[in-house]
Amino acid sequence: MSLQVAIPVLLPLLLGAVSLAVHRHLTVQRWLGVLGTGALLASTLWLLHTVWHEGVVVMHMGDWKAPFGITLVADLLGAIMAVLTGIMGFATAVYSTATTPRGHEHYGHWPLLHLLLAGVAGAFLTGDVFNLYVWFEVMLVASFALLILGGERAQMEGAIKYVTLNLLSSMIFLSAVGITYGLVGTLNMADMAVKLAEVDQPGLVTVLAAMYMVSFGIKAGAFPLFFWLPASYHTPPIAISALFAGLLTKVGVYALYRVFTLIFTQDVGYTHEILLWAAGFTMITGVLGAAYHYEVRRILSFHIISQIGYMIMGLALFTPLALIGGVFYIAHHIIVKTNLFLVAGVAYRMLGSYELRDLGGLYKHRPFLGLLFAVPALSLAGLPPLSGFIAKLIVIWAGVEQASWGIVFVALLTGLLTLYSMTKIWQEAFWHGVPEHVQDTSVLTGERRDPGLWAMYLPIAGLALLTLFIGLYAQPLYELAEASAKQLLDPQVYIDAVLEEGAQ
Amino acid sequence: MEPLMAVLVGIMFAAAIYMMLRRSIVKLVIGLILLSNAANLLFFTAAGMTRGAPPLIPEGADGPVGAVGDPLPMALILTAIVIAFGVLAFALVLINKAYQVVQADDLDQMKDTDT
Repeated sequence: MSLQVAIPVLLPLLLGAVSLAVHRHLTVQRWLGVLGTGALLASTLWLLHTVWHEGVVVMHMGDWKAPFGITLVADLLGAIMAVLTGIMGFATAVYSTATTPRGHEHYGHWPLLHLLLAGVAGAFLTGDVFNLYVWFEVMLVASFALLILGGERAQMEGAIKYVTLNLLSSMIFLSAVGITYGLVGTLNMADMAVKLAEVDQPGLVTVLAAMYMVSFGIKAGAFPLFFWLPASYHTPPIAISALFAGLLTKVGVYALYRVFTLIFTQDVGYTHEILLWAAGFTMITGVLGAAYHYEVRRILSFHIISQIGYMIMGLALFTPLALIGGVFYIAHHIIVKTNLFLVAGVAYRMLGSYELRDLGGLYKHRPFLGLLFAVPALSLAGLPPLSGFIAKLIVIWAGVEQASWGIVFVALLTGLLTLYSMTKIWQEAFWHGVPEHVQDTSVLTGERRDPGLWAMYLPIAGLALLTLFIGLYAQPLYELAEASAKQLLDPQVYIDAVLEEGAQ
Repeated sequence: MEPLMAVLVGIMFAAAIYMMLRRSIVKLVIGLILLSNAANLLFFTAAGMTRGAPPLIPEGADGPVGAVGDPLPMALILTAIVIAFGVLAFALVLINKAYQVVQADDLDQMKDTDT
């Protein structure tokens, strides 16, 4: 019995309710947003510390022992993901104090932000499949509402696709949960893992695995199920885009990791082969989509997809090194991707556009911003000594060890094309002069002081430092990833932690 | 009873997908409603149906006597229905607002964000 694992879920839920109660006082809501997400970060760090030193932390809701009650479980992967949730929540909360339009704040930006974080943290920490479905829905409903705050035409169009495909995914997931319950009579993940191994209907189990794969694949934005993502992610305000880009697809990736390491490992040759093909196509289609576009947020949205490919590749290869690489990659990617969106927001603030042809002169007038862009951009492409280099190195090395030359080639090619996209942004937005048709450059040149810029620079600088730190001093994160990969490959640890506690 | 339910679930899924593939956003939402109901019925059927045996504990006994229906799927489906209700209410408001903004009921008119 440990309340610790429930705090990262309960805290944002509570903050969401309080924020709603004080919806007339925007200043209070902003402070609650910043301090609350800060507290969330602290609580997740505490949780990770405990999991690292004392092993898997389990809590049975209402003291109903597993497999009968709902269980919250934090193993290392879950705890790492929770910490990343805290970091992203905090960074975007600070950032959105400066960038969120007032109308959006009046219509519930802050409560929704907290509820979104609650849904994400809940999905990372639950040990029950049906409960996972519920957290998915909490997260989705909050994201639906955040996506359409403002009510512009593009937001409506994007939201229809986003809502439809995510609902479809949820319904496939719910159907799969129902069939699972019919098959084994339990929904506790640890108990499912034990009982599904005893089911002698391999065909049915594989069908179930495919249903989970499709459902989580839609949420993760994997090929060929990603079409909702580039249609919607560039439409909301930039802080929301950044948060979505960092966290939401990774919930799908996390669910794939959880389900395909813990529960469906009976027929690895079949399921993980499909995942490997999906990973390759995800990488290449994502990066080609990005090469086509000239709008910063769309380029970055397509790069989310291509990067998801690397994470799925880590899972699909299913060796210790590949899983280390996958976990490392998720951590690296969340930090870097959110940061790139935040930088794009600063460019928008200065020049009033996300179109590359309307941007320019950023490096001349704001060399510091150029540096802050270069760190995550080069890290995304995988240049040493940044975090992306090490993440890519581990994943690709795992591919080399398995002699999967096809996927290794695709991964290297994708890295190269990513570099192309990043240099495209660099050249157009930073290196070029200011385009002549741009009227107002007063914020860019510093003629007009913009007090909000500080709140935007702080999270960007923090995340860039984190990227640099992971790149230069990768050992701590590598050890964490290594230990969590070990836990993933030996599900007995997880199963014992959940079920034995129940037996006591 | 189960084969009948299975056929019904199949028809509902087919109808839902058909409606979702139409171009009208109203039909799209009808498709989503059918889809969520189909998933709930599938859950209900797959979890096993027991006729005429409510899970009640007789007075003085420690547990239910004999084979009774499993109450857990009902509880789960009830949760799923409530969630689907909330999400579909949102979807209805969304298509209404989208109709006001776009001035069309046609998904083919809503391709600005795709390219």
